Amino acid sequence: MGKNGSGHKFLRRELLAGAAYLLLGTSQSKATIISKHLPWTPNAGSPPRPARPGPWVFFTGDEGRALEALADRIIPPDSETPGGKDAGCAVFVDRQLAGPYGRREGLYLRPPFLKGAKNQGDQSEIGPAQQYREGLAALDKACKAQLGGKPFGELSDADKDHVLTGLESGEFTLDGVDGNAFFALVIKDVREGFFADPIYGGNRDMVAWKMIGYPGARYNYLDWVNRHNERFPLPPVSITGRAEWTSQTKR
Amino acid sequence: MANRLPGKDVVIVGLGWTGSLMANELTDEGLEVIAIERGPWRDAPTDFPPTYMQDELRYRVRHELFLRPDQLTFSFRNKMDQTALPIRNWGAFMPPNGVGGGGVHWNAEMWRFLPSDFVVKTHLTERYGASFLPKDMTIQDWGITYDELEPFYDRFEYLCGTSGTAGNLRGRIMEGGNPFEGPRSRPYPTVAQAQPFSHTLFGKAARELGYKPFPQPSGNLSQAYTNPLGLKMGPCTYCGFCEWFGCSNYSKASPQTTILPYLVRKSNFTARDNSEVIRINVDKSGSRATGVTFVDSSGQEWEQPAELVILSAYMMFNVQLLLHSRIGRAYDPVSNTGTVGRNYTHQTISSVNGFFDNKKFNFNPFIASGSIGMCVDEFNGDNFDHGPHGFVGGGYIGQVQTGARPIESTLVPPGTPKWGAAWKNAVKENYLSTVKPGTGIHGSFYAYRDIYLDLDPTYTDRFGRPLMRITMDLKDNEIKQNKFLTDKFAEIIKAMGAEKLDVQYRKGPYDIATYQTTHLNGGAVMGTDPTTSVVNRYLQSWDVPNLFVLGASAFPQNAGYNPTLTVGALALWAAEAIRTKYLKSPGRLVNA
Amino acid sequence: MRRHWRTLIAGVALSLAGEASSLAGEASPQDFTEIERGRYLAILSDCASCHTVPESNQPFAGGRAIETPFGNIVAPNITPDPETGIGSWSDDAFDAAVRKGLQPDGSHLFPAMPYNAYSEMSRDDVLAIRAYLNTVTPVHNAVVADMLPFPFNIRAAMIVWNALYSTEGEYQRDPHKSDEWNRGAFLVQGPGHCGACHTGKTFLGGDKTSQYLKGAYLQGWSAPNVTNNARLGVGAWSQEDLVAYLKSGHNRVTAATGPMAEVVTLSTSLMTESDLNAIAIYLKSLSGEETQPTALPKDDVAMATGGAVYRDQCSACHGLDGRGVAELFPSVADSPMVRADDATTSIRIVLRGARSVDTSTAPTAPGMPSYGQQLDDTEIAAVLTYIRNSWGNPAIAVKAADVAKVRQETALRPD
Repeated sequence: MGKNGSGHKFLRRELLAGAAYLLLGTSQSKATIISKHLPWTPNAGSPPRPARPGPWVFFTGDEGRALEALADRIIPPDSETPGGKDAGCAVFVDRQLAGPYGRREGLYLRPPFLKGAKNQGDQSEIGPAQQYREGLAALDKACKAQLGGKPFGELSDADKDHVLTGLESGEFTLDGVDGNAFFALVIKDVREGFFADPIYGGNRDMVAWKMIGYPGARYNYLDWVNRHNERFPLPPVSITGRAEWTSQTKR
Repeated sequence: MANRLPGKDVVIVGLGWTGSLMANELTDEGLEVIAIERGPWRDAPTDFPPTYMQDELRYRVRHELFLRPDQLTFSFRNKMDQTALPIRNWGAFMPPNGVGGGGVHWNAEMWRFLPSDFVVKTHLTERYGASFLPKDMTIQDWGITYDELEPFYDRFEYLCGTSGTAGNLRGRIMEGGNPFEGPRSRPYPTVAQAQPFSHTLFGKAARELGYKPFPQPSGNLSQAYTNPLGLKMGPCTYCGFCEWFGCSNYSKASPQTTILPYLVRKSNFTARDNSEVIRINVDKSGSRATGVTFVDSSGQEWEQPAELVILSAYMMFNVQLLLHSRIGRAYDPVSNTGTVGRNYTHQTISSVNGFFDNKKFNFNPFIASGSIGMCVDEFNGDNFDHGPHGFVGGGYIGQVQTGARPIESTLVPPGTPKWGAAWKNAVKENYLSTVKPGTGIHGSFYAYRDIYLDLDPTYTDRFGRPLMRITMDLKDNEIKQNKFLTDKFAEIIKAMGAEKLDVQYRKGPYDIATYQTTHLNGGAVMGTDPTTSVVNRYLQSWDVPNLFVLGASAFPQNAGYNPTLTVGALALWAAEAIRTKYLKSPGRLVNA
Repeated sequence: MRRHWRTLIAGVALSLAGEASSLAGEASPQDFTEIERGRYLAILSDCASCHTVPESNQPFAGGRAIETPFGNIVAPNITPDPETGIGSWSDDAFDAAVRKGLQPDGSHLFPAMPYNAYSEMSRDDVLAIRAYLNTVTPVHNAVVADMLPFPFNIRAAMIVWNALYSTEGEYQRDPHKSDEWNRGAFLVQGPGHCGACHTGKTFLGGDKTSQYLKGAYLQGWSAPNVTNNARLGVGAWSQEDLVAYLKSGHNRVTAATGPMAEVVTLSTSLMTESDLNAIAIYLKSLSGEETQPTALPKDDVAMATGGAVYRDQCSACHGLDGRGVAELFPSVADSPMVRADDATTSIRIVLRGARSVDTSTAPTAPGMPSYGQQLDDTEIAAVLTYIRNSWGNPAIAVKAADVAKVRQETALRPD
């Protein structure tokens, strides 16, 4: 085989940690000074960290149940494709709220927070994390108050849909929370979870992409540009790959 | 207390397109050049590899490659009598950050402006009379003609390997190209990109309606290419992750693919990343720049002295730095004095989505490049008689759908519920058979007296400096222009065979929360008259002759095209002026 | 401007390269030409590489560590500093070091210094190098060369090693071959010391003559076969392909990276066209037995899974047909390096990414991203196996254990 790393191979020259190596200048990648060569380091890159399965990171048990129920009405299960809950949308939202999105990292959060026109953009003092805390609590409270003591998640599907329709129209109000805006936020986040790469916790097993026929994280379609009006046959692939990468199924 | 660095011949603020172009030109003159970039170094193999670049959530929804408002943002209001509020999260536009700037994650749509665009004030006044123009419209001629700029358009197109079909070759109108374009001296360096199904269908429908459709000129290349600097690019593979994303396979024109590897090898060039310039320093006379002051990521201030300062920080940051450095006179719309911040413009964008029968049409919409599309230019500029219509300006319209990433592209026909089984089913039925052009209507945005930039009285950035304040609204002229264009576009989408249309007009008030391209312009406009411009026709500051301000800040108003090709051409034009005129005799290049 | 000057110098060096050896020690008008001849020979010998710490801006000042299985050897300071460099050495002492591996005090150099190869040069060649080195900036840099642990630090042991492996002696012209071939043979066997990396070694670190230039493993890299083998070496390359590779670091098939990138930058890209052609002629004359394993069937597990990975990932740059883009993305279908029995370099590049070399004729320096996080050992083994068996010229399969080994061995490496 010719690769005798453990043997006594004589090596001509190699850079190695040690006094001599420390004489080197700054690392070539992520350098503040760029000069003479393009920066480079091995193993470079910042791949996304997969959302780990497991207990809620952000949500309480009640919140998680409520959001799962919401997800399953926003995207109900059917015979072909799972609903928002089984697709992992609540997991997605949970992990997102626990991360930079929930914390509003990178946004301009200096005061004063004044109410402006809608087209002046969101001026809310609270971010998504708190909006969910308040919104889910208010939703459950309102359901209990108006629908026989049950939180949202325990209502029948028909009743759930009735509540959501009411949130949309403004007929079903929440205490201290703009129900319409909250519902719009949940729809946005649940949809993102449904269609984002599975690495983030939703779109489990790429079910959403399979539903619509989206091939996922591919890069080269040169052999398909001029094939007009034909079905693209390859299964979707995510950032973490697809089943065919590791098992003997059809390529 | 700032630490003073050894002086250089040239300091370049911002290493995006214009900074890279200028650095390459001036290092060829033998000058010692340092470029200072606020954001990080970036490159395909280390920062946007095909292992994880195809991530819509990260790069499109959370826009990871862009400037964070927390680092720097602006405040916004529609009208002068309103209180401006900070842009806490980007919406209408998304400013770039990092080496390569917007050139990393743009669509690479490469349009020349029309000859008439450069003399729009004169042209429109002659054709329609001065009273045809709205009273508060402040459009003006550029001080440069298309013919003067043509060689530099050509150079930038060849640097990028632009893929297209010539429409006007030295005065001869060519079949298959844009018959309205200004004359070009050479064909495009590479052939136009092959058009996927829906784009081809649009072209066919447009042709049948009597238009002359042509492929959008693209900086996503149709074939492998070696540019004049010896840098190699590959063919675009239609991945559908173009705008918002870096290109993983060297097929999108960017400073990284067309200039930087060549530039970085030169011993007289250095760049610093993660260093934010906060001020251009001028001497006591106020008419000579001595260099810049920047802050590194530890918060340490440094002074970089230089003989020549190039401000190439992106249009908004150019204007902001001029205001903070007190260079030139800030614009005051009430007294109509001053020039810095004046004639700020955007782009008038809208679209029409078409829903087709999925049993007859499968568009595979995820197969696309950022600059794909068949376009029609009959309604751009002054290409048609505006007399009956009561507005000026126009834009190209086209099926320029650049992909179908699902979070953004799972559209449903109007009237479909926003959630539930009906929504889910509609998404499933329509994804592969929807035409979603994105910026199907790409119209001009002319300048007005009360649309401008100045400094906010209340909100500050992390250094305690006032945010720049945007005062912008949509005027009747642009609204009318957009309605006209959108209706024309809708006709073509319908003629393609769409069953349902979702016609979206651009309506006022101007909305800072919905994305409308990052084609911001003006604020430091070029011109022949120092009372209405900040820089002369060579982009040299009227007030500080050893300061040049590059970028779309020079546009006196926006035309109906994407700005980058003109931005690049102007940078090369300015570089030529510096090399052939300024360096031989530093000082004012234009006396006015 | 700079390029002109270099061509002029190279032209002068070329015209002197074949001259008789009586120029050494002549009066001053010849010193310039002697120095130039020496400078070019130093480029051919790539002295700068081992004897300079990269980016230190102190050429030949030593201090660069050379890793051996026996420990570190640090290359000495060969600037003319009298105390810490070789400024006080006699010409004889310098010649003995370069061509015999002897230090002035009579002790032996370890063959990290390729004195075996350099012995093919003439004394005049070596003295020309000396003349050049005498003109470089003296640097006061005391280098502790001896860092080998006992018992490997016994220099006297090299007497035995030399007895086994030394092939001392100046290059002997083969009268049956052309001048160009002879020049190429001299360059490759002598100053170029290509075999130092490209020839398989015995367990004592000496050359395995039967493996001459057929490739070797070298601390986390596998240097490829550079003989005229069509499958594994340069047999399918034209002379122009070889010259282009050495001159610019890129050709229509592949690109130089890792240690070879440095060789291109410091040595081969600075050689004359004529010398590069000579090297190409010589290498292409080294024909031998062509072997070929059986190609794996398409339904082999690795072929199926590797094919999926290839289609989804690698094809972004290397193309749906494996042919890449000339001088931008290597043609994995055509690259002999990809087919090497020892797949270490391919594995390493996939795991860690790689930046190809930039030269004035090929400035792009495209980079390959790192796949080590996204793909596991089985997936990498599968995709490499797929690449090696899909487009003719099959090669043996790569195993997950091979990948694991490279992953582990390169974990702490800085490049």
